[in-house]
Amino acid sequence: MSAEPIVGPNHNHNHTQNDEHAVPARSRLERVLRSGRFAVTAELNPPDSADPQEVYDAAVVLSSVCDGINAVDASGANCHMSSVAICALLTRAGYEPVFQVSCRDRNRIAIQGDLLGAAAMGVRNVLCITGDDVTAGDQPQAKRVFDLDSIQLLHTARMMRDYGVFLSGRKLTVPPPLFLGAAENPFAPPYDWRPQRLAKKIAAGAEFVQTQYCYDLPLMRTFMQRACDLGLQEKAHILVGVGPLRSAGAAEFMRSKVPGVYIPDDIVARLKGVAKNKQRTEGKRICIEIIQQVRELPGVAGLHVMAYRQEELVAEIIEEAGLLPRPFRTDVPHTTRERRIPRRPHPH
Amino acid sequence: MIEFLRRRPQWLEKAYQLTERAAWTLDPLIRKIGYQRVERLIKPSEDLAKEIMFGCQHCGQCVLHSTGMTCPMNCPKNLRNGPCGGVRPNGHCEVKAEMRCVWVVAFETAQSMPIYGHELHEIQPPVNRQLHESSAWINMLTKVDKQLPSGWIPAEEVN
Repeated sequence: MSAEPIVGPNHNHNHTQNDEHAVPARSRLERVLRSGRFAVTAELNPPDSADPQEVYDAAVVLSSVCDGINAVDASGANCHMSSVAICALLTRAGYEPVFQVSCRDRNRIAIQGDLLGAAAMGVRNVLCITGDDVTAGDQPQAKRVFDLDSIQLLHTARMMRDYGVFLSGRKLTVPPPLFLGAAENPFAPPYDWRPQRLAKKIAAGAEFVQTQYCYDLPLMRTFMQRACDLGLQEKAHILVGVGPLRSAGAAEFMRSKVPGVYIPDDIVARLKGVAKNKQRTEGKRICIEIIQQVRELPGVAGLHVMAYRQEELVAEIIEEAGLLPRPFRTDVPHTTRERRIPRRPHPH
Repeated sequence: MIEFLRRRPQWLEKAYQLTERAAWTLDPLIRKIGYQRVERLIKPSEDLAKEIMFGCQHCGQCVLHSTGMTCPMNCPKNLRNGPCGGVRPNGHCEVKAEMRCVWVVAFETAQSMPIYGHELHEIQPPVNRQLHESSAWINMLTKVDKQLPSGWIPAEEVN
């Protein structure tokens, strides 16, 4: 443990979209959000593979339509390529990842090491989440960790960044310049507490927020109203989660098996109301309608698109919702849009 | 009887407040006898009472009064700062479908706790796992339960 007193903070990171002059944006995503433009992030489906090409193939499609690509951390407690590795691959190829860190599988020692490692690989956006329980996944026999909770994780990351220390107080030679995010689920009880809980996350250091899938506009509206009453939209950028439903059956599966996903009956009924082969199109249409309505809500700074096993739809949805082109792109080394293989980095 | 008390969190928080005051009043005496000796003496009854009342998990750093007189260590994810996003629409736990989410209960009970109810919104620091299986009352008197990691500066001092 360090005997010296902790000095700091190194710099003032408590900026909002209103004070653009404070500190230069640490990431492209932050730059888009601070410019006041409507931001779009999208989730990359992590491969069950040791081949980096699968990550690049998924990223090249997403990158042209969003400002940040979320690398999920064994979402649903299902094992996939690790989020830190996906992020490292993405930054090597010039893409903009959002590193998801969950508290389920790693204790505070592992997590702090990963935050440093990710920052060293050029990762700037980090989403701090609790994580689905191990029982939700394909290996429910696993031991759950949850050494920290999401709020403690956020605060720890902020301490590392602003004060240049580990939790132990030991000094870092170079702190990680991270843009910190949190998740929130306005669609799960206790509904009345959710806005205040988000306030707590923001107090712990969250600068951007990505919500769970939104299929219930009235709940979202109430949540945003209360969040705005608390002034949260001034302190953090709130991105609303959306995604297309593949079919009525997929909707039933998601709402009964995926933790935290709430799909109202009328959405399921609407999908059931069309022929099986039309349900996919209907799901996409519902998603675009929700996007249009979410954009009108005061305080919403952007969208977070999640399309499990429907990644090819993400680009269509974002385009048809009128959200293209994306600003401040830094990832356009490709001469043609069709080029599927990004530049491979040099081995040294 | 237990249900009766659980439904009256304002009584429980009052009882907590009185016990805390008594503990601090007795602190000089306890120090003289020796914290470890007193710990051995009170630990069995502390455990029994807290297990029956709150399903105590023996974390050794009790925050019951700050979490609506509901033990957060009963949350399968050990969350100390509020509910996760997996709470079911009926207010039950994502992991244990038959159990009401401890944070849904905590939020309800905190509403009727005039003394400590507002502490629900305070940020709880990481758990010190070394205090597991030690007496939370003694840890309160020796103040080890309030010892923060050196690299943890409370949010209110940072913001």
